[in-house]
Amino acid sequence: MIGLVVMSLALITVSFRESASGPLHGVQDSGAAAMKPFEVAANRVARPFRDAYNWFDGLTTARSENKQLKAEVERLRQQYATAQTAQNENATLKRLLRYERGASFPGDFRAVNASVIARGAADVQQRVTVSAGSKQGVRVNDPVVTTDGLVGRVTRVAKGLARVTLLTDATSAVAASDLRTKAYGLVQHGPGGGAELVFSRVSKEKVVRPGDFVVTAGTQLASLPDIYPRGILIGRVTSVYQNNVDEFKHIQVTPFADFSSLDSVAILVPLDRK
Amino acid sequence: MNPLDVVKAGALLFLVAIVQVSLLSNVDVFGGMPNLLLVTIVSVALLRGSIFGAAGGFFGGLLVDTANLETLGLTSLVLTVGGYWIGRYGETTGRDRTHAPFVSVAVVTVLYAVGVLVLHFLLADPVSARRILVESLVPTVALNLILTAPVYWVVTKLLPPVDWRERAGEVRLLG
Repeated sequence: MIGLVVMSLALITVSFRESASGPLHGVQDSGAAAMKPFEVAANRVARPFRDAYNWFDGLTTARSENKQLKAEVERLRQQYATAQTAQNENATLKRLLRYERGASFPGDFRAVNASVIARGAADVQQRVTVSAGSKQGVRVNDPVVTTDGLVGRVTRVAKGLARVTLLTDATSAVAASDLRTKAYGLVQHGPGGGAELVFSRVSKEKVVRPGDFVVTAGTQLASLPDIYPRGILIGRVTSVYQNNVDEFKHIQVTPFADFSSLDSVAILVPLDRK
Repeated sequence: MNPLDVVKAGALLFLVAIVQVSLLSNVDVFGGMPNLLLVTIVSVALLRGSIFGAAGGFFGGLLVDTANLETLGLTSLVLTVGGYWIGRYGETTGRDRTHAPFVSVAVVTVLYAVGVLVLHFLLADPVSARRILVESLVPTVALNLILTAPVYWVVTKLLPPVDWRERAGEVRLLG
């Protein structure tokens, strides 16, 4: 027993101190790669059951969601007309700004699709392991998205696997802006540690309303490039609060991506990467 | 130590570790997460003793850390200590007691949460003590207790209970 405890402590020490290219990490990567087929098989077996559960779960919430969506469609219809004009204007402005802002536009990325094959204990850290890695061109800090919005970033890469730290993890923070008012801030995990996010460091002078969409701010200065491209949807503002004491607003954001049922993700890999 | 038992326990723990990281880690019921691996290790430890418990905990923890690309040895350390302790309990006061699996699972679930939290703090990982100890602990204990009866039954079928008295190699009369 003492031998096993000592071995565990040695593993922790070496694993923690060693660089990502060290021998122990190599062994771990090989082990994880060996376990990958079993994890994929387990996911495939469980998928029909998970889908069935999600379907029933969806039915129970569909009624209230339908009402909410109808109101949202109406609002978006009005915004569409305004957006069409803005889009034309935006295209011209983008051409002008591209030189200053560097090449961090979503158009400069390709998507590497990957399945979620393992998940860490959600109450400790919000991380998942996905089935794409350095072999597919994935590198550390590559942004990870779903069709709904931003999910997180790659924090560790093995040959055919990568660890993704989710937006809801305590270590995650994304420079973001309100799509409507362009108010800048930082999206971080909520204080409860659940799926809710906090849009922090937004000045009290800025106008942010419930229902506003929050997107990634992207690179603001070419000398300080952001790992996330500009304009990826993050979530919708659910509540805004401010008091006389704090310097910033208290804004809560519900993410568009459903972190509780992540099955597959897309990793954004820059097109110019060799 | 029966080699067949080692193979059976190893295969079971491998299967359970895969299920744990692939499927159960994402299950959230009232903030709690079932830990099938922990319940299985406790069951194996109760039925086969401290050496089996410690080795099973180490092996199971290593599989989880490997699959999740996390710091190696972290889960192993906590589960090794838990497995050994419950193994000793099974060899001594816990034997033949119906409530032993339930008490063991409840206690180890709490100690596991505290152990993981402490180790993460020592490694300077930002983890939420409130989330682990206040919000998710009680539902996790409840979920693990629900799993205990069926898992213990399955492990009993795979590794039938042994009479610890038969294992005594030597008896000394004191006094």
